[in-house]
Amino acid sequence: MTTALAATEITPKLEATLPGCIVESNGNTVVVKAESLHQVASFLKTTAGLDFNYLNYITAVDYQTNFEVVYYLTSIEHNHDIILKTRLIDREKPALASVVDLWKGADFQEREIYDLFGISFTDRPNLKRIFLWDGFQGYPLRKDFKP
Amino acid sequence: MALKTETFILNAGPQHPSTHGVFRMRMTLDGEVIQDVEPVFGYLHRGVEKLAEGLAYPQDIVFTDRLDYLASMTNNQAYVVAVEKLAGIQAPERAEYLRVIMAELMRISSHLMAVGFLLNDLGAFMTPLLYMYREREKILDLFDMVCGQRLTYNYMRIGGVSQDIPEEFIPALNKFIDSLPGFIKEYDQLLATNEILLVRTKNVGILSKESAINYSTAGPVLRASGVKWDIRKADPYSVYNRFNFEIPTGTKGDVYDRYRVRIEEMIQSSSIIKQAIAQLPSGEIQTKIPRILRPPKGEVYGHIEGPKGEIGFYLVSDGSANPYRWHMRPPSLINLTALREMLIGVKIADAMAIFGSIDICVGEVDR
Repeated sequence: MTTALAATEITPKLEATLPGCIVESNGNTVVVKAESLHQVASFLKTTAGLDFNYLNYITAVDYQTNFEVVYYLTSIEHNHDIILKTRLIDREKPALASVVDLWKGADFQEREIYDLFGISFTDRPNLKRIFLWDGFQGYPLRKDFKP
Repeated sequence: MALKTETFILNAGPQHPSTHGVFRMRMTLDGEVIQDVEPVFGYLHRGVEKLAEGLAYPQDIVFTDRLDYLASMTNNQAYVVAVEKLAGIQAPERAEYLRVIMAELMRISSHLMAVGFLLNDLGAFMTPLLYMYREREKILDLFDMVCGQRLTYNYMRIGGVSQDIPEEFIPALNKFIDSLPGFIKEYDQLLATNEILLVRTKNVGILSKESAINYSTAGPVLRASGVKWDIRKADPYSVYNRFNFEIPTGTKGDVYDRYRVRIEEMIQSSSIIKQAIAQLPSGEIQTKIPRILRPPKGEVYGHIEGPKGEIGFYLVSDGSANPYRWHMRPPSLINLTALREMLIGVKIADAMAIFGSIDICVGEVDR
């Protein structure tokens, strides 16, 4: 059985390395500040004992007041997982650091989020629409999208 | 005097017999060697995730059928597993066993297609593929017997399955399962002792263990690279912890290993089906669920091992009858991320073999 790693096992370590990065945590979900997302992701991947080397998926949710970007991480070695989240309030130009340098599997999924939610990912190559054509107006998975 | 050389761009697809749907690769070539490749997709994008937000939870099952249309049963299963987790529903034991039988049949069917098309791409034109179709036909007949459909089943429902199996199903299934290992063995002998096939597949399209994990690949692609990771064992769902089966893995992560893993998995699947038939309990096939299902507020990720890899659904409920967010983890799309690394530096003639060995379904890539 994959163990859903309790957030409380991670938050003290995170707080010690990157003070003030945690917004909230419950169950096996940790919500972090958007600006420290990449550092947190890197910490989770490289810290011995955590070793989150496998990124199951990334997705985003539009809660209208904010976007939530969800990273589901698994450690194949230890067979445990954790959900990492971050929130973006800006609706005009939401942007987040890319994690492609940590998990290459994020490539097409980040492009998908960019395509359908309009969230840009910085510091990565080739960020362009993946399913829709270049001239498409709007971002269909946003709740306020009018076709 | 040095000759002037330049790279040129070769476009494969969207309409191409080896792209298994409408998929395009833009390859930059230096002579015969691939220098860069850019997959282009979206030709089959239907906006399923948006459509699903507008319908009730049970109605969305039909969308999952149409994602990976070569493995509709497992798509159904991944979705109902997620909804059941979200709403706290437990399907009856008999339904769980029926789900396992159908899912494993689907795995065999999908792998038959994967292997058949791979050989087609390698130049063993049509003959092996049609033999695979012959066996797959028997599986489709079984599905037809159970739910009246051959491609889009809508068989697994929230809290159970749509229909119980008819009387003639188990004898027909037994007949098929008994003949399958012999068929696969005969077939494998024909192919795996073929010099041309071995030269075309061994040491071609190698994906290292580290890369396979880093690219988030799943299913046979991940296991062929030597990672023993299968959701049925790693995070057992349904009743999989009651069966004995092995997880076949490869050593090198080349095209041949991916072929090998699929062949071995079919044998394992037929063994699981045999055990499931022997243990099949009697009883209900559907628990009572409310006519209008309103799962409590919250979010969930439910995943299963599909034929092409980990299929998962991330659902967010706001307490209403429709999902607030409906996201699928598409194994085909994520496995494709590794394509570029496998193709750079190889000869153009191997491109289609490597691409075929990933086994994608464009219906699921584009959604």
